[in-house]
Amino acid sequence: MKLVKSLFGPKTRGRSISFALVIVAYIVISILQSAGSIPRMISSLLVPVCCYIVAAIGLNMNVGISGELNLGQAGFMSVGGFSAAITNAVLLNTVSNDFVRLLICIVIGALIAGFVGWLISIPVLKLEGDYLAIVTLAFGQIIMSLMNNLYVGFDADGIHFGFINNTMQLGEGGKMIVSGPMGVTGNKMISTFTVGFILILISLLVVYNIIYSKEGRAIQACRDNKIAAETIGIKVSSTKTLAFVVSSALGGAAGALYMMNYSSVAATKFDFNTSILILVYVVLGGLGNMTGTLISTSVLVLLPEMLRFLSSYRMLVYAIVLIVMMIVTNNEQIKTFFEKFKKQKGVQAHE
Amino acid sequence: MSETREKVLEVRNLGIDFGGLTAVNNLDLDIYKGEIYGLIGPNGAGKTTVFNMLTKVYQPTRGTIKIAGKDMDKLNPVQANQVGVARTFQNIRLFSNMSVLDNVKTGMHNELKYGLFTSILRLPKYYKLEKESTQKAMELLKIFGLDQFADLTAGNLPYGAQRRLEIARALATDPKLLLLDEPAAGMNPQETEDLMDMIRKIRNHFDISILLIEHDMKLVMGICERITVLNFGQVLAQGLPQEIQSNTEVVKAYIGE
Amino acid sequence: MAFLSYLIGGLGLGSVYAIIALGYSMVYGIAKMLNFAHGDVIMVGAFVAYFALSSFGLPTIVALILSVVACTVLGIVVEKLAYKPLRGASSLSVLITAIGVSYFLQNAAMLMWGTDTKIFPTILEGTLTIGELSIPYLTLLTILSCIVIMVVLTMFINKTKTGRAMRACSEDKGAASLMGINVNQIISITFAIGSGLAAIAAVLLCATYPSVYPTLGSMPGIKAFTAAVLGGIGSIPGAFLGGLLLGVIENLARAYISTQLSDAIVFMVLIVILLIKPTGLLGKKVNVKV
Repeated sequence: MKLVKSLFGPKTRGRSISFALVIVAYIVISILQSAGSIPRMISSLLVPVCCYIVAAIGLNMNVGISGELNLGQAGFMSVGGFSAAITNAVLLNTVSNDFVRLLICIVIGALIAGFVGWLISIPVLKLEGDYLAIVTLAFGQIIMSLMNNLYVGFDADGIHFGFINNTMQLGEGGKMIVSGPMGVTGNKMISTFTVGFILILISLLVVYNIIYSKEGRAIQACRDNKIAAETIGIKVSSTKTLAFVVSSALGGAAGALYMMNYSSVAATKFDFNTSILILVYVVLGGLGNMTGTLISTSVLVLLPEMLRFLSSYRMLVYAIVLIVMMIVTNNEQIKTFFEKFKKQKGVQAHE
Repeated sequence: MSETREKVLEVRNLGIDFGGLTAVNNLDLDIYKGEIYGLIGPNGAGKTTVFNMLTKVYQPTRGTIKIAGKDMDKLNPVQANQVGVARTFQNIRLFSNMSVLDNVKTGMHNELKYGLFTSILRLPKYYKLEKESTQKAMELLKIFGLDQFADLTAGNLPYGAQRRLEIARALATDPKLLLLDEPAAGMNPQETEDLMDMIRKIRNHFDISILLIEHDMKLVMGICERITVLNFGQVLAQGLPQEIQSNTEVVKAYIGE
Repeated sequence: MAFLSYLIGGLGLGSVYAIIALGYSMVYGIAKMLNFAHGDVIMVGAFVAYFALSSFGLPTIVALILSVVACTVLGIVVEKLAYKPLRGASSLSVLITAIGVSYFLQNAAMLMWGTDTKIFPTILEGTLTIGELSIPYLTLLTILSCIVIMVVLTMFINKTKTGRAMRACSEDKGAASLMGINVNQIISITFAIGSGLAAIAAVLLCATYPSVYPTLGSMPGIKAFTAAVLGGIGSIPGAFLGGLLLGVIENLARAYISTQLSDAIVFMVLIVILLIKPTGLLGKKVNVKV
């Protein structure tokens, strides 16, 4: 018990609920899966759900905790995913254990995406509000454009890079890893639901442990009042950079896991729409609320599948659900109803 | 005034221009250790601008600021705080979505010496230092009568409590000089009375100097040991409360001719 | 000579961006929201014009009017149904709702009109030849339309009572309503104008790039948004300038650097400009009072 406590820290109910939720979900799904009672359509979505959850947890760090709108999370998934695909191909013969290789791929994807995030944060965090948001959008688009023109091959001589036009002459036994607009091809699929589950746990642990530390307080302080934060000695830019880098690294890890779940993925998979999709998960789950992110992401990724009986109307219904949910959750009457409830609880806790 | 006392603030010939408009000019100001000092003047006299220069939110155009003997030239607000100046704001600037306790603990940011990996891996040092800072923060909250609100969201506190919390947060940074910008604004006479006691208590307990801007003359004359009057960015008068009260220039500036 | 023709082509493309960006910028100025569904209004406008021209064989001007009317009505209805209930909600909630509207319009279009690409009929042929330089009449028409729209809009905003009310709302909605301005009505008018402009942009865009499909609005939408930010979002001359600049940069990048990387270059330019002028070329700097 003490170990659990030291792992998960003091108080904070939300955090325990998140972990419990993830662990229970994993156990239930694993049992159902071994009993063969999960339809194929759903089970093929298990790893993607994990990916989107990790990317959304990361984005929530940036949008919810740090308060900066980011419209380019898919760009970091792209960086992580492509780095992972290259790593996977290069290490295919050296590291024969799939599980170990997957972990290496995810770590490298996260590190490189985190590094790119750090580079991008330097110009991005000089701006504010909607201007900051559009620059993240711009970087997302730039990353997609660059990846769309990237050629990477691997042979006995090592890795070869090409850009825009593929003029690569690969030696015998060599193969293309990334082929421009076709994206990653011939990737060995090694992602598993269990690794996805572990990655979610690690992401939650990292994010929660940062939130409930001096850095987390500083990040939230900069969000709530930049000037006040400065005058009590908090460096705003490095604090915001931390949130941005953590967010992009988790995006990278998510992208790596996603990439390793398919044999081929094009760069356009990680486009503006994907960035927006992840943002929708975060906003619907509640800004800064990781448990909410877990639930909203799972529901919204699976929703189009669950709406399959509506056939071609399903995306239309999805759109309506989205609009109605936003309107309902922002309705004054409903809000005051919940606030009353919350306040009562708050007072009771103090008596 | 015994000149042997340690100077906490030394301002010489301080001035700032905004696009050709001089907001503050030729300001000299000395504040000694343990002193409560008042900065008063009509609206728009440049009082808050002085605070913004002292905390380096604005860079002065001319003059020097020394805090505890250290030249503040070229420092930013973060470094200014580390040298030892902390402040409150005229329009309250709390971290309104964070808990009352966390607001104060955020003030201890630089004092808490553990790194990112210590917090991610939850090493023993994290628990030790966090516990210490929580204890210290609770003590501070107790002084301000806020300890029972520790877990509440700061934005939900009543107005007077928010003002007190802002002072507590500033003190958490362990300053040598505390700047209070209209601490009694919006308070009723009883609250103002309590505030005066509290300001004295803070000075004695933390052994710091306090510079305050205030319009409530009862408070200013009641607790300030010396006073500077600003008008149109210039020093109109400087001296003991009774000298200021009998100064005809000051009376004119306030009431008009 | 080649350079000049690329430049003029860029101005043509930029004019379309500018017309869309004007809508974006006006809506942002008044409602303070990023209307990501604006691009999809263009798509609806394009489909309406397409059917009017191809299926009913109506004259171009009638098709244009129909398209403008349809988009104006659509803009008002969307505002009333989806955005009005969110007045006062966080800007992120409104953003997500706009995304919901965007999905809705795209999917409704797919259901009604299919996912296949339809070929927009030619509405204006021929080129103007000056020496070695030949400019399509269509490009000239596009640039001219943009200038006319810009002039009319500026006059409307500066000279009419409604325009004054719009400026008042963009400064301070609360104060405007205390002065007896019907803020909800002004917001509706703004959406109506923005959507009407989107329809004009749609016809001009499809006349130049004649394919009509349900997601056609996404990219011009993003580009126009970029243009609006580049010029300083909320500023009408800014949107005009940003749109033209973006079109020219895109066309020149395509011609001289790389077709594949033209988008990346456009966004690079945006980033560089924002780093030099953090609120866009003609945007206002807001000072926070401490």
